[in-house]
Amino acid sequence: MIRVERLGVGWLAAGVAAVLVAVVAGVAAGPVSLAPFDVGRELLDHLPFVEVRSGLTDRQAAIVWDLRLPRVVLGLLVGAMLAVTGSSYQGVFRNPLADPYLLGVAAGAGFGATLAIVSGASTDVGFVEPLPLAAFAGALAAVGLTYLLGAAGDRFRSPAALILAGVAVASFLTALQTYVQQRESETLRDVYAWLLGRLSTAHWDEVRLLLPYAVITAVVLLAHRRALDVLSVGDEEAAALGLHPKRTRLVVVIVASLGAAAAVSVSGLIIFVGIIVPHTIRLVAGTSYRVILPLSLLLGGAFLALVDLLARTVVAPAELPLGVVTAFFGAPFFAVVLRSSRRATA
Amino acid sequence: MPTRFLTLALVPLAALALVACGDDDDGGEAADEGTTTTAASEDAPERIVSLAPTTTEMLFAIGAGDQVVAVDDQSNYPEDVPQTDLSGFEPNVEAIVGYEPDLVVLTDDNGDVVAGLEAADVETLLLPAAATIDDSYDQLSQLGEVTGHEDEAADVVQGMQDDIEEITQSVPVPDGPPPTYYHELDQTFFTATSSTFIGQVYEMVGLENIADAADADGSGYPQLSAEYILEQNPDIIFLADTKCCGQSAETVAARPGWAELDAVTSDHVVELDDDIASRWGPRVVDLLRTVADEVARVPAG
Repeated sequence: MIRVERLGVGWLAAGVAAVLVAVVAGVAAGPVSLAPFDVGRELLDHLPFVEVRSGLTDRQAAIVWDLRLPRVVLGLLVGAMLAVTGSSYQGVFRNPLADPYLLGVAAGAGFGATLAIVSGASTDVGFVEPLPLAAFAGALAAVGLTYLLGAAGDRFRSPAALILAGVAVASFLTALQTYVQQRESETLRDVYAWLLGRLSTAHWDEVRLLLPYAVITAVVLLAHRRALDVLSVGDEEAAALGLHPKRTRLVVVIVASLGAAAAVSVSGLIIFVGIIVPHTIRLVAGTSYRVILPLSLLLGGAFLALVDLLARTVVAPAELPLGVVTAFFGAPFFAVVLRSSRRATA
Repeated sequence: MPTRFLTLALVPLAALALVACGDDDDGGEAADEGTTTTAASEDAPERIVSLAPTTTEMLFAIGAGDQVVAVDDQSNYPEDVPQTDLSGFEPNVEAIVGYEPDLVVLTDDNGDVVAGLEAADVETLLLPAAATIDDSYDQLSQLGEVTGHEDEAADVVQGMQDDIEEITQSVPVPDGPPPTYYHELDQTFFTATSSTFIGQVYEMVGLENIADAADADGSGYPQLSAEYILEQNPDIIFLADTKCCGQSAETVAARPGWAELDAVTSDHVVELDDDIASRWGPRVVDLLRTVADEVARVPAG
């Protein structure tokens, strides 16, 4: 049975509205109180051909333009990537608990980042920051390895082989990373600063790094939204309907991994977003990937940007670790998903 | 074999003196050792293992360096310390016992290492991170007593007190409000408040910490928002993440928005030695001197 739900205008509008709310709230509020009106004028001033005096000092202007706005934008992009790649994995693997780190992306990124920090490469003041690049390379290498192992096992007949390969690769790389980290314990602080998910040091550099991958990932995954619906009925049925299940799965896995790797390389590990957001959408808006994928992009981004707003305002001027806030909401939700998924997969 | 237990966490010195001379369990082959006289130098440990950089610095400063046979992998000062690959973070009892220590000095009881060493009949002295400069003095005295270098330890403490007195006297008293500072522990803006050991060092020369408002939970080590640091515009930025995390005046100036800070434009970003800024041994005087020199450079008001 193929679901023929479409994304209703109402839900689309709600998604866009959530993003707008997140942007406005995220830029207007923060540990430093600035008049929202001045903030608005400051942003207008950055538009081409617009000259307005915001009334902010140089430092206040820097707070708005160099700190808050890139942080909000990065939160949107990272959240969107985690949610959309999470839901895509859930689709191709037909596993409701699949998350963006399923195939070893996180462990690979962590290992890459640790190597960069230990080798001192992270300290260069160059055009590109080497640390996210190393994390990105590590994440892609991990997914590559997972794919080789999983595909060699049983040629993708069952997606389970790939998931198991991901578990093996992640454990192996985590072990390597822990080993290197312990050999070089003076870099421990730096490694942990990277590993714990964060947007607190977000800059335009990171936005620029992530943006191209985010766009490619979003476009390709959205183009596969119908294919994911067809896949959800099973490989044989999908093939009978004229789809190449293996090829489709391969494309989605590669592109989703690319997006997840790019996200994790700039933000570190942010858990649960890739699970909470897609499942919330399934519960409230519909179970077709034509609904889930676009809404994941919008609501995932809005969710993370708003959670980050909490992380930087609840104990202001101190920060809460982003991972703490997402897990605080994510953990109870995860339990609910576990319970209902037992029914669904039985 | 005498079983001597000496596991202390800042117990009063009197108690220390009692335990330090050792309790015999009479069933040993070497019952003549460990007589119940007061701690004398012939009783002093001859094979000390130090598992933390601060305790290593203290031991060498009070002249007990010759008795130290092994130090952990993080101990890098003074230069000629017998560094090994022992770890204070992940201590391995067997590896430590392999050095046949008669005293193990450490700052953290990671992985129940103290119980493990006790089980192996090795004395331990636990000197946790000092909360105040007086704790540092106490720890130096304790080490002096245990190692048979009481007089040298007293001299070191006296020397530190004299130096600190001299340095704090030399710092000009500002006319206006006290200069403010931000002490950076890593590039995600973790910092230390006035209530910490390092914060008290800054307080000695009259600096005001911008992080105090951010420490609602009282941990002493909050993570600040970047925008709060920009708003506060501290007069001086002290970097204690130059070694761990490769930060420098240059990388600080390159951070988006930070170029607008007074500390950056007027060249008051101080690159500290992470090691000196994170240990509570005798070199805290060097740290204080660096800080005082910087304060003297800040224009009044």
